[in-house]
Amino acid sequence: MSWLLGHNVALILTIPAVTALVLTLLPGYRLSAKLNVAGSLLTFLAALSLFAGHPPADPFVLVDDLNIVFIVLNTFVGFTTSLFSMSYIGHELETGRLTPTYLRFYHAMYQVMMFGMNLALLVNNIGLMWAAIELATLATVLMVGIYRTHEALEAAWKYFILASVGIAFALFGTILVYMAALPVVGEGLKAMTWTVLLSKASEFEPSLLSVAFIFLLLGYGTKAGLVPVHAWLPDAHAEGPTPISAVLSGLLLNVALYAILRFKMLMARNHAAISPGPLMIALGLVSLLFAAFMLYRRRDIKRLFAYSSIEHMGIIVFAFGMGGPLANFAGLLQMTMHSLTKSAIFFVVGHIAQAKGSQKIADIQGLTQSHPLLGWSLVVGVLAIAGMPPLGIFMSEFLLVTTTFVRAPLLAVLLVLGLTVAFGALLLRLQSVAFGMPQGKVAPVRVSVLPIFAHLGLVAIAGVYLSPMLVHWFQHVSIMLG
Amino acid sequence: MHGIAFDVAHLLAGCLVLVSFLMLYQDRLYSLLNTYALHATVLFLSVAWQAYIQNAPDLYVTAGIALVFKAIIIPVALHRMIVKLGIHREIETVVGTGPTMLAGMGLVGLSLVVMLHAAAGANLMAREDLAFALAVILLGLLIMVTRRNAVSQVVGFMSLENGLILAAAGAKGMPLVVEMSVAFSILIAFIVIGIFLFRIRERFDTVDLQALDRFRGERQ
Repeated sequence: MSWLLGHNVALILTIPAVTALVLTLLPGYRLSAKLNVAGSLLTFLAALSLFAGHPPADPFVLVDDLNIVFIVLNTFVGFTTSLFSMSYIGHELETGRLTPTYLRFYHAMYQVMMFGMNLALLVNNIGLMWAAIELATLATVLMVGIYRTHEALEAAWKYFILASVGIAFALFGTILVYMAALPVVGEGLKAMTWTVLLSKASEFEPSLLSVAFIFLLLGYGTKAGLVPVHAWLPDAHAEGPTPISAVLSGLLLNVALYAILRFKMLMARNHAAISPGPLMIALGLVSLLFAAFMLYRRRDIKRLFAYSSIEHMGIIVFAFGMGGPLANFAGLLQMTMHSLTKSAIFFVVGHIAQAKGSQKIADIQGLTQSHPLLGWSLVVGVLAIAGMPPLGIFMSEFLLVTTTFVRAPLLAVLLVLGLTVAFGALLLRLQSVAFGMPQGKVAPVRVSVLPIFAHLGLVAIAGVYLSPMLVHWFQHVSIMLG
Repeated sequence: MHGIAFDVAHLLAGCLVLVSFLMLYQDRLYSLLNTYALHATVLFLSVAWQAYIQNAPDLYVTAGIALVFKAIIIPVALHRMIVKLGIHREIETVVGTGPTMLAGMGLVGLSLVVMLHAAAGANLMAREDLAFALAVILLGLLIMVTRRNAVSQVVGFMSLENGLILAAAGAKGMPLVVEMSVAFSILIAFIVIGIFLFRIRERFDTVDLQALDRFRGERQ
C-alpha cells in the first residue's frame, strides 16, 4: 500500500504510456478494446489512490487540491468513455466505417491522449504543461480525421490549424512568463517551475506578465473553445467518432481551462499586473451569449451539443472571472457537472446516431417511443445540461446567478439572458427529438448502459446531496483560486 | 559583450522579419518554399549566434535542426510533393498583395509597440528579440489567413513556429523548451505532410482548401 502511495503519480503516467505502446503492437480489435478499458480503469484506480496520499511537490510533479479534482475527473471519464467506445466501435466495424487497422491506431491514440492530459494536469513545469497539452491535441486531431470523409478531413484540418495557432500563442505566453521570472528567480528550470513562480510572482515585472497572460488566455482559450477562437469545436465534435466528442467536451476543454486557472493564480499574486477577472468575464459572457443564440439554428445533433459545450465553457470562465469563494465554487461544480453530463449526452447521442444511421435532427424523432432507454436518458441529460432542478448543473448555475446579482447586477442580467436563451433552444430541440412521431429506423441497438447511468446518476445525486467532505474541499480550492 | 553581439543579433532577427515579408507576397508555391528555406536559414544563423553569445552549446543543436530539417529536408520534400500533386501553379490569395503588405506592416508596428512597452524592464537584447519574434509570429499567422492552399498554410505555420524558436532562443537559459519546440515542429510538419496532404490528395482532386469548404457540415 505504501508503495502505491509513493508511486501513484508515476503510475498515472506510465499506465497510459505503456498501454499505448502495447496497443500499437497488438492486432485484433476486440482484445485492444478490452485492453483500452483495462488500462483506463487502472489509471483511474491509481488516480483515486491520490486521495489517500501522494508524494510532495518536486520540480517536475505537483499534486495539490486543485488538480486532484481534475485528475480524478479526467481518469474517471476516460475510463467510462473507453467502456462506451468498446460497444461503439463494434458497430462502426460492422457498418464498415472503420477498418481494423484504423482501430489499432485509434486505441493507441486514445491512450496517448489520456497520457498527454494526465501529464498536463500533473506537471509542475509550465513548459512541460504546454508540451503535454500539445501532445493531447495532436492525438485528438488525428482521431477527429479518422473517418477520412470530406467533412472529417475538413474538421480535422480546421482543428489542426486553429489549435496550432492557439498552442503557438500559449508557447509565446509561456516564454514571456519565463522572461518575467528570469530577473527574479534566475536562469534555468527554476524559472519555469510553477510552485517557484507562484512564491515569487509578486516581484515579477507586471507589464510583461500582463502581456503574457493575454497570450496565454487566447492560446489556451482556443483549446477551451472560447468564442472568437471557437470555430474548430463544432466541426471536430460533429465529424469525429463520438467517444472522441465525449472526451473533447468532457476532458480536453477542462485541461485547457486548468492551464488558464494556473496562470490566473499567478496573476492574482502580482497586484501591479492587469487583473485577469474582467478579461475572463468578457470572454465568458461573449461565449455564452454567442453559443446560446447559435443553438437555435443547429440541424446536426452533435453540433447542437458542441455549441452547448461552448456555452458551458463560457459560463465556467465567467464564474472564475468573477472570482471570490462563491463564484469559484460554482465554477468548479459547473465544470465537474458539465464534464459528467456532456459526456453522458454524447454516449447517448453516439448510440442514437448509430441506431438511426444519421446525425441530422430531422431524421431523429420520437426516441422515447422507438428507443425508450436512449430517449429517456437523453431527456434526463438535456434537462440536466439546460440547468433544470434538481440536477447538478442547476445548483452551480443558481449559485453563480445569485452571487453575480449581488456583486454586479448588470452582468447578471446578461448571464441570465444567455442561460434562458440556451435553455429555450435545448428544450425546443429535445421536444421533437424525444417526443415527436418516430421516424427512420427503429431497429434496436446495443447500448452500453453503465457509463450513461453512472454519469447521469452522479449528476442527479450531486443535485440533491453534496457530501460535506466534497463541499469542504471545493471551498478550500475556491479560496486557493482567489 | 554588448556592442557587436547585440548588433548582429539585432540584424539577424530583423532579417527574419524581412524574409517573413517576402513570404507574404510570393504567389507561386515554388518561390514560397524557397523563401521559406531562406527563412529557416536566417533562423539557423540567428539561433547559432545566440548560442555563441550566450555560451549555450545546446542551442547549437536547435540551430542545426533548423538548418538541416527546416531549411533543407522539409522544403525538398514539399517540392517533390508539389510536383507529384501537380499543383505548381499560382497561389490564389484571398486578399490582394497590397492590402496584405499593409496589414503586415501594421502587425509589425503593433508587435514593436506592445513588446517594447511591455518588456521595458527586461534587458535590451531580450526586448528587441521578443519584439521581432512576435512580429514573425504574427506575420506567419497572416500568411496562414491569406492563403487557401493547404501547402502554403503549412508553410505559414512553419514560419510562425520559427518566430517561436527565435523567442525561445533569445530567452536566456530557457530550459527544455527549445529542444521540445523543435521536436514538435518536426512532428507537426510530418503529420501534416504525411497524413493530411496524402489523405486530402487521396480523397480530393485538389489540395485547395476551398474545395474542402464546400462540404460545410451545416449545409443540407
